[in-house]
Amino acid sequence: MAKSHVKMNINGRDVESLVEPRTLLIHFLREQLDLTGAHIGCDTTHCGACTIDLNGKSVKSCTMFAVQAEGAKITTIEGMANADGSLHALQEGFRMMHGLQCGYCTPGMIMRAHRLLQENPNPSDEEIRFGISGNLCRCTGYQNIVKAIQYAAAKLSGAAHVEAAQ
Amino acid sequence: MNTAVLTREQREAKLEGMGCKRKRVEDIRFTQGKGNYVDDLKLPGMLFGDFVRSQYAHARVKRIDTSKALKVSGVLAVLTAEELKGVNLAWMPTLAGDVQMVLADGKVLYQNQEIAFVVGEDRYAAADGVEAVEVEYEELPVIVDPFKSMAPGAPVLREDIKDKLTGAHGSRKHYNHIFEWSVGDKAGTDAAFQNAEVAIKELISYHRTHPSPLETCQCVASFDKIKGELTVWGTFQAPHIVRTVASLLSKVPEHKIHVISPDIGGGFGNKVGAYPGYICAIVASIVTGKPVKWVEDRIENLTSTSFARDYHMTTEIAATKSGKVTGLRVHVLADHGGFDACADPSKFPAGFFAIVTGSYDFPVAHAVVDGVYTNKAPGGVAYRCSLRVTEAAYAIERGMDILAHKLGMDPAELRLKNFIKREQFPYKSALGWEYDSGDYHTALQKAMEAVGYQQLRAEQAAKREAFKRGETREIMGIGVSFFTEIVGAGPSKNCDILGVAMFDSCEIRVHPTGSVISRMGTKSQGQGHETTYAQIIASEIGIPADDIKVEEGNTDSAPYGIGTFGSRSTPVAGAAIAMAARKIRNKAQMIAAYLLEVHEGDLEWDVDGFRVKGLPEKFKSMKEIAWAAYHGTPPGMEPGLEAVSYYDPPNMTYPFGAYICVMDIDVDTGVYKVRRFYALDDCGTRINPMIIEGQVHGGLTEAFAIAMGQEIRYDEIGNVMGGSFMDFFLPTAVETPKWETDFTVTPSPHHPIGAKGVGESPNVGGVPAFSNAVNDAFSFLGATHIQMPHDHWRIWAAAKQLGLHA
Repeated sequence: MAKSHVKMNINGRDVESLVEPRTLLIHFLREQLDLTGAHIGCDTTHCGACTIDLNGKSVKSCTMFAVQAEGAKITTIEGMANADGSLHALQEGFRMMHGLQCGYCTPGMIMRAHRLLQENPNPSDEEIRFGISGNLCRCTGYQNIVKAIQYAAAKLSGAAHVEAAQ
Repeated sequence: MNTAVLTREQREAKLEGMGCKRKRVEDIRFTQGKGNYVDDLKLPGMLFGDFVRSQYAHARVKRIDTSKALKVSGVLAVLTAEELKGVNLAWMPTLAGDVQMVLADGKVLYQNQEIAFVVGEDRYAAADGVEAVEVEYEELPVIVDPFKSMAPGAPVLREDIKDKLTGAHGSRKHYNHIFEWSVGDKAGTDAAFQNAEVAIKELISYHRTHPSPLETCQCVASFDKIKGELTVWGTFQAPHIVRTVASLLSKVPEHKIHVISPDIGGGFGNKVGAYPGYICAIVASIVTGKPVKWVEDRIENLTSTSFARDYHMTTEIAATKSGKVTGLRVHVLADHGGFDACADPSKFPAGFFAIVTGSYDFPVAHAVVDGVYTNKAPGGVAYRCSLRVTEAAYAIERGMDILAHKLGMDPAELRLKNFIKREQFPYKSALGWEYDSGDYHTALQKAMEAVGYQQLRAEQAAKREAFKRGETREIMGIGVSFFTEIVGAGPSKNCDILGVAMFDSCEIRVHPTGSVISRMGTKSQGQGHETTYAQIIASEIGIPADDIKVEEGNTDSAPYGIGTFGSRSTPVAGAAIAMAARKIRNKAQMIAAYLLEVHEGDLEWDVDGFRVKGLPEKFKSMKEIAWAAYHGTPPGMEPGLEAVSYYDPPNMTYPFGAYICVMDIDVDTGVYKVRRFYALDDCGTRINPMIIEGQVHGGLTEAFAIAMGQEIRYDEIGNVMGGSFMDFFLPTAVETPKWETDFTVTPSPHHPIGAKGVGESPNVGGVPAFSNAVNDAFSFLGATHIQMPHDHWRIWAAAKQLGLHA
């Protein structure tokens, strides 16, 4: 099958490659770029394990062709840790509040939460529950995921406050 | 270590041992997307396999034409039953003593049964090949309703065994019958019912559902022709059993098979069984000489690997007018699908269903289970429960509520009246199990106080009056559930899988610098073993948990074990860990005595080392002892500080709990709201309260899903109606109720650290709590038993049937 040229920016790095037009973005990320953090859980866009951040929106990368991401700016879970290697507030929050068990939904859940907090930095528990309802978790029952996101929201808004004060 | 500057409490805290809410070790990699799951694996030259599956639930396969598929670009091979016959693998034995087709051999018995395995250069090429395989079918009549399986003249499903009068579990009554299993005192139970002042009888069905972990079943098989060695990476909850079975089937010697379970994205029982995908990937790797990956998609997962439940339980309870139970009689019709592939210990075709007497002091009981074939997927795994325990708990907990209703008694009061009393433990049940410990009255009373049970009942009474007056269309249900589980399979005297006793194991190596690597025969799928197992070792040998690495899942390096399912990791492997650690400590004591120039008996254990009794300054820490173990052991003692333990448990463990659910239901729409859910668990000694609470949250969410809508349903011609996440109910964060957790602690008397296991309790206890809440809500309107699952439509239909929709 003839291949198409794609170019995008992923986690701050420019990436160029040839892909079949039918290649799903999730397969491109996982199999061609070895970014295996995003997972495949359902193949039908229900579970959200493949969630990434694309041009400022949460996207389920199993429902998008790689060629559709031409020119996009993408962040995956691999791009979330801080520059010094320390965990992002969300990653830290998930660990501190026991917001994960098997870890399979976690990258998608964190990426969704990341966008949610961009859109709503101080969400209520109910807003978090609604905001992550496109992401399924089979292990935690969500209660600690809500706490993890609240942990991150508090930490991030505190940091923003500190920066503003400076 | 200068112990003088730290208090005893500080030294204990430093260990992060048992009882500590230790943060999980696993999360460092999982939160960064650096887990290592099977589908993340990429090997040079790796191929991909995909299945052609049956469109029909029952059909003769008249012709399979693979010629067009073999011409598809990127397709390298297509396996059918004919190819597998060449290596004697067209059929495989099941864990339940039956045989199962790996690929359709002449006919298919359920929709989406595997027919051919297409091997391509990547998953897209394999999928193209699947499309190009032509299959010609001749449709056959279908059995979907298990109650019709044994009808005279019913279609013959298993032609391969239609004339066999006996199966793996005794005689067969019909060609679609698998086994009859019975337990208890039939004559005594019948007499109890003849003399009963009150009796109830109800068909209580627990519908077919599926464990559906977020990661599906998958594997990579790689056969090295030069060495004659096979390596299989897979989503295996029981890697050592997989290796043994793979050796028996493939004839590759067991030492030349390497089975590796990397990180697993949830299991819940789904990943215990052996599936055609594993066999086909292995054969395809042998045929092509290249590694072959097989990854189920979600539809394949829901429709072909491992259903759960499908138990239809006619439940009878005899009692006195004052509410004392006098007998229990249960007949189960068990729908096992097209092949009997249940994952039970070999001698237990109905698992541990004999726990059906529950938490109550039944003087006599009798249970019979008939297993039958239907045109549905095989499986029958324990979906987050010990084997068939959740079915048993559902039968008895619904039964007790039905009895309470008939007697006009409060369901909680009826339970308190019939509980096994604390002083009766160890308690031999009427169906033969010896319950190790329990304090049921305390647990239920604590739960009732916590929720304000009497006030809730008063509120319910007022609401019922208001409903009758036409002032509201909302009804209120209070679901009480009190479960006793039986977990930790199990003692070799009664538990084995294919002849292998169900022990588990631990190896601990203390390095010279006092850090540790330890390996177990179990395999975590999210339970956090790397965190909690280290806590047990830390408490036992006084080395900080952070200095202890826990490794599971590699059959080359880990000692043989039976794996993680049926809440057996803590009861069995947890005990092996403690026993191995105690061997280390015993040797350490001898070394310490030598170093301190005293007799061993003069030493006492003190948090993280040994101290001479009465001489507190004479102390050797485990770190010092570890170093000495490698350069100066006492004369005659071997150097090193390692131990292995294989633990054969003397008994099962019996966790229990009291759950209360408060639900409000709109009778006109069927919409319900879980107002409150309180769960008290007693799992004995608590290793990591944070992880216990997480397990309870997750199990309750699964119970909520099952009770309130999650179902694998078939239409009358055997089409699966719930085959994707569009139709199969997995609650999101919006639907999921908020959970309140609580606990009591009644240690297991026979377990080295007193722990009982907890992961599955919330699923076992949760389902009856939800179902009892729905039934309790409708009970004053004339309902006796409304079948699960209780989705909005079915609740609406129940209200309609009760004449509530004018």
